[in-house]
Amino acid sequence: MPKDGGIGASTKRREDVRFLTGKGKYTDDINIHGQAYVYFLRSDVAHGTLNSVDTSAAEGMPGVVRIFTGKDFEGIGGLPCGWQVTDRHGEPMQEPAHPVLAQGKVRHVGDPIAAVVAESLEEARDAAEAIDVDITDLPAVIDMKAAVQDGAPKVHDDLTSNLCYDWGFVEDNRQAVDDAIKSAHHVTTLELKNNRLVANPMEPRVAVGDFNDATGDHTLYTTSQNPHVIRLLMGAFVLGIPEHKLRVVAPDVGGGFGTKIFHYAEEAFCTFAAKEVKRPVKWTCSRSEAFITDAHGRDHVTKIELALDAEGNFTALRTETYANMGAYLSTFAPSVPTWLHGTLMAGNYKTPLIYVNVKAVFTNTVPVDAYRGAGRPEATFQLERVIDKAAREIGMDPIELRRKNFITEFPYATPVAVEYDTGNYNATMDKLIEVADFAGFEARAEESKARGKLRGLGVNCYIEACGIAPSNLVGQLGARAGLYESATVRVNATGSISVMTGSHSHGQGHETAFPQVVADMIGIDASQVEIVHGDTANTPMGMGTYGSRSLAVGGSAMVRATEKIIAKAKKIAAHLMEASEGDIELKDGAFTVAGTDKSVAWGDVTLAAYVPHNYPLEDIEPGLEETAFYDPANFTYPSGAYSCEVEVDPDTGKVEVLAFAAADDFGNVVNPMIVEGQVHGGIAQGIGQALLENCAYDDDGQLLSGSYMDYAMPRAADLPNFIVDHSCQTPCTHNPLGVKGCGEAGAIGSPPALVNAVCDALQRAGKDVKHIDMPLSPARVWAAMNG
Amino acid sequence: MELSDSRVIKADPQTVWKGLLDPDVLKACVPGCTEMSGSPEEGFEATVVQKVGPVKATFKGAVTLSEMNEPHSLTISGEGKGGAAGFAKGGADVELKEVPEGTELTYKVEAKVGGKLAQLGSRIIDGFAKKMADQFFQNFQTAIEGPPEGEEDPAEDAPTEKKGWLKRLTGS
Repeated sequence: MPKDGGIGASTKRREDVRFLTGKGKYTDDINIHGQAYVYFLRSDVAHGTLNSVDTSAAEGMPGVVRIFTGKDFEGIGGLPCGWQVTDRHGEPMQEPAHPVLAQGKVRHVGDPIAAVVAESLEEARDAAEAIDVDITDLPAVIDMKAAVQDGAPKVHDDLTSNLCYDWGFVEDNRQAVDDAIKSAHHVTTLELKNNRLVANPMEPRVAVGDFNDATGDHTLYTTSQNPHVIRLLMGAFVLGIPEHKLRVVAPDVGGGFGTKIFHYAEEAFCTFAAKEVKRPVKWTCSRSEAFITDAHGRDHVTKIELALDAEGNFTALRTETYANMGAYLSTFAPSVPTWLHGTLMAGNYKTPLIYVNVKAVFTNTVPVDAYRGAGRPEATFQLERVIDKAAREIGMDPIELRRKNFITEFPYATPVAVEYDTGNYNATMDKLIEVADFAGFEARAEESKARGKLRGLGVNCYIEACGIAPSNLVGQLGARAGLYESATVRVNATGSISVMTGSHSHGQGHETAFPQVVADMIGIDASQVEIVHGDTANTPMGMGTYGSRSLAVGGSAMVRATEKIIAKAKKIAAHLMEASEGDIELKDGAFTVAGTDKSVAWGDVTLAAYVPHNYPLEDIEPGLEETAFYDPANFTYPSGAYSCEVEVDPDTGKVEVLAFAAADDFGNVVNPMIVEGQVHGGIAQGIGQALLENCAYDDDGQLLSGSYMDYAMPRAADLPNFIVDHSCQTPCTHNPLGVKGCGEAGAIGSPPALVNAVCDALQRAGKDVKHIDMPLSPARVWAAMNG
Repeated sequence: MELSDSRVIKADPQTVWKGLLDPDVLKACVPGCTEMSGSPEEGFEATVVQKVGPVKATFKGAVTLSEMNEPHSLTISGEGKGGAAGFAKGGADVELKEVPEGTELTYKVEAKVGGKLAQLGSRIIDGFAKKMADQFFQNFQTAIEGPPEGEEDPAEDAPTEKKGWLKRLTGS
């Protein structure tokens, strides 16, 4: 196929024109005549009994329309959790209620207590100050291990403890793993933390609820990665609104990174309140509010043990993790440390015995859920760190140790329930060594030394399971939803095409990449194809965008629908050319009859479908529109090898990232430029986690890193130019595009490379530093060097 | 956070004790205090306007005196709600000891903040609390002793409120 706009072309992102010229239309740009504004009064203590909420002084204040409290939501559903994990004893997880507005207790700083709807945001805020809230402080539980001790204060009084679940995977392997570790030639042990992060999309969350009391129709405009999922969860479980009376629109969304997957209280509130006050109700989250209400990410405390034989073969792996759930179960929180984490513990290696134990714990903190990579970065980090430590302990080169244990034959069934279809881990490692110029490292290290700096090189591999996911499989694992994707391909009369997709673009470039696929199949220019997404009123039911799934799953649905279109168009073409359908070929936007010079253009066929004057009406219907739902047969398994080169200042402990290289295998690539952009963004977030970002609470549950003064986001000056390569391609075997997904790879693969690099730099300088917990701030690195 | 310090006040413990229990003295000494009413027995109601880093707020709250052991020691605790800014609460254990120069006042302060104050100002809270405590006890010392030497002159020209209650306190 030609690469001028089809599959494989680095077409510039068409959506950027509106984003870069201020013509994007975000949820906050939506203002409906007569709208009121809501301000949420939130708890400023982490844990307390809510004795009373007296709104009387606030009711009569200027502009106040109505004030809502938890009482208004009694008898109304709470926010549902979309995934049920079964613990290692076969019992379901403990699942607490999650009211829209606090009832009886407040459980984290930011828990909403009351909502003031007023004529203006300022008036709502003023009135909120006049609400008298009587809270009796309770001791807060912040530390996960302390939270599961006997006698610890309970976040939820009606649960037996703060333990959500104690998950074992694969439970049947437990004894064998224990035995293998006990009798191993060498065991490397590492205890580490995967630091809590705040996603910080550029656009904070916004919700606008609207209700038409003449028709009974509800509309919610919201900053969501998956409007259909929000409609299903909120309609069915919270407010009891049937789908045909509830429309959810997620227009342009300025970044999600997972944190906009979930169904939040503010969405349900605005939808509910719009009907109650008979006016549209708008909520715009401030940045400060985002820090204490957006679901956080990561926050695992892990002990990992890797057993090796005398030759350096991995013989067993055992991990024990405490995973923070926060105060409530966010929509997909239980799945992150389990099925998105435990299933990845084989990594790129043929370790025969693996046992993963995860204790999910409630604490008086903001709920924790999926954040770019979701479980897979946590798995990759611990595995790639322990391998690095093992290599040093047994005196083997870290790359050689990895190569020795690489999975080399596919398909490969891991001992943790997944089957990798394709991959070539030696190829990506070879490519990494080449593009990152490992051969020149020693000279560069000497040059650094001459300047008094310590240079280090860190390497790691990663694998991820994405393209989420086969519905029957995830159903067995506890998902309360299917994970297919949908597409409707609507060919217009003159041949242009509108593709309605159930996935959602919030930075991924779907509007550019998806048309490349459809246009390539038909042989027309990509500019003739438009992507429609984000509105439940005009897109087929789909599950949205996360888990690097949109092209692998949504793109495959698009391929299936386009195949149906082509099949029907061939019938029409055969009729027009009075030929046999089997002889019709489609190439470069024209139908031909094999072996003849007969030809009819794409546009002639599409016009015939809508102006069926000369048309096989006895055989087929007019029109040219097809829908397909695609449910994948397996996850996809992108993989790669990453390296990081750092310089450490021995006097201050400051780490400078000098080079970062990524050699990825994403299978087939539709738009290389967009893929590179996704990897760049992922690496930036991964370096942010490894070097800068940390979400910290004090012992009382006050958020200490609640603004950009204290929460350090990576900036351009913190990052080197990335070397990104995706030329190693082992196409996915089970989706029609052979694609694997690239959205999360950078964030999954980069943190261990950086930490490995810093440890390498310090060890080269003779410092016995085995591990430093992220983020590697100058203080921590200095303390490790001088500890 | 916790901090402690001590200073010597040129007055006898009984005078210092009386000052600590006087709402007018407290009002003048609590930095940013705009209103203070009540009594040692019933507790005081206070309004304090303060700026912590980027957050400026009016705190309304209660000040209570407890563990009173006249004229040797007492505990001053306060809790203020700053509306959208969050809350601040704290306490000071104060001890008075007679020394040749007058009274040695030792204090141990504990302070906590919550909500936006903690979210935005956590890094500067320790310094802020120390400044507040230092200012309070400096103001208190000035209130009891009168302005330090060398600063008397301007004060004489303008008969300030300070002089007024200093006089009343010392009973002259």
